[in-house]
Amino acid sequence: MEHLTFDYPAQRAVTTRAHVGVVGSGDLEVLLSPAADSGTNSGTNAAAMTAHVVVRTSVDGYGHIWKSVLDRFFTRYDGAAQIEINDFGATPGVVALRLAEAVEAAEQGDDA
Amino acid sequence: MSALATPHAAPLLRESFIELPARERARSLLDAGSFRELLGPFDRIESPWLPLQGVVCQADDGCVIARGTIDGEPAVVAAIESAFQGGSIGEVSGSKIAAALELALRDCERGKIVRPVVLFETGGVRLQEANLGLAVIAEIQAAIVALRRHVPVVGVIAGMVGCFGGMSLAAALCSYLVMTRQGRLGMNGPEVIEQEAGIDELDASDRRRVWQLIGGEQRVASSLADQLVDDDAQAVRAAVQSAFGQGVPAAHRSEQVDTFLQRLARIDPASVTPASMREAFSEQFAHSQPRKEQA
Repeated sequence: MEHLTFDYPAQRAVTTRAHVGVVGSGDLEVLLSPAADSGTNSGTNAAAMTAHVVVRTSVDGYGHIWKSVLDRFFTRYDGAAQIEINDFGATPGVVALRLAEAVEAAEQGDDA
Repeated sequence: MSALATPHAAPLLRESFIELPARERARSLLDAGSFRELLGPFDRIESPWLPLQGVVCQADDGCVIARGTIDGEPAVVAAIESAFQGGSIGEVSGSKIAAALELALRDCERGKIVRPVVLFETGGVRLQEANLGLAVIAEIQAAIVALRRHVPVVGVIAGMVGCFGGMSLAAALCSYLVMTRQGRLGMNGPEVIEQEAGIDELDASDRRRVWQLIGGEQRVASSLADQLVDDDAQAVRAAVQSAFGQGVPAAHRSEQVDTFLQRLARIDPASVTPASMREAFSEQFAHSQPRKEQA
C-alpha cells in the first residue's frame, strides 16, 4: 500500500461534497469535499487557494502515473477541493472517469 | 404503490437490483426521497486493522446504514457492499449493522416500530479481522432475535456474492428472506467445500450444480427462504413491503426445531439430490404446526 499526496493551485472555492466509486477490484473511491483552508478568504485571494489530493493505493510504484493523471485532471478543474482517493488497482482511465464523476456529482450538489 | 422517483429519463423495462451498489440498493428499497444515511463515507469510520496489513480501506467500511420509510413506516436498512473485500464483515462494518439493529430495538421497545432490513451480500467474517468480526456477527444475530419479537426482520439475498459463513446464520434468523435466482445461501461456499471435502463431494466450477444446491430457487422451494423475486429493483422493493405486511410470524424458522429435525430425518445423506431435498423440506410435509402468520 502506498500513500501519495499532491497539491494544485485553485481558482474558486468548493461548497459541496461528493462520494463516488467503491474500493473494489480495478476500481476506486473518490471523496471530494471543500478544502479545509478554502472559503476562509471568501475567494478574494484566489492565489492562496489550493486543492489537496491524498491517494491511498494498493499498487506500489506508480506515483509518476498518478501525477500524470492528476496533472491532466487539474488542467480542467480549478476547485479548491480536498480529494481523497482509495484505490484498489484502477487503471488511469478509470481514475479519470471517477474524478470526472465526482466533480459532476459535487456540482449538482449531490452530497448524499 | 407510488412509482419510483428515479432520475432516469429513459423508460426502463427493469432496473437490475444486483447491479446496484449498496448505497443505491438501500435507496431503492426506501420510499422515494426518504433516504438518509447514518455514518456515511464522510464520517470516515474505517477499519483500523486493514492498513496494518497493507489493505486499502473504504471510507464506509463497505456497509451502508440508511434511515427512511418503507410504505410510510419508519425503517432502517443495512446494506453490505459486495465489491469491497467480498462484502466481508469487519469490526466496523459489522458494528454498524449491529448498532443499527440495536437502535431499532430500543425504538421498538419504546413502542415506536422501526422496520429493519438487512441486505446480505457477504462471504462472512473478514479474515483480516478474525475474532472481532466473529464477535460482532454474534451481536448482529442477538439483535435480530431480540428485534423480531417486535417487528419482522427482513433479509434480502440478491447476489452475486451470496450469503455465507456466520452471516448465513444471521440470515436464517430473519423473519422473512427474499432471494433472487442469482442469490445463494449456505454455511460454506462451494470452493471451501471442494477444498475441504474433495472434488467428488462438490465440483465448485459446476455452476449449475452449485445453484441447484444453494441457489435462491432451491432455498425458496425447500422453505429455507420465503420469496423468490426477479432481479428487479421494483420486485425486490415490493417483496420487502409485502413481508412487512405479513407481520411477525407465529413461529420463526429457527424456533421450529422439531419440524426441521423431522425434515432432516427424511434425508438420506448418501442419496440426497436437490429434488429429494425439496420434497423433504417442502411445507406440505411438515407434520407439526404449519407456519402461520399473525393477523
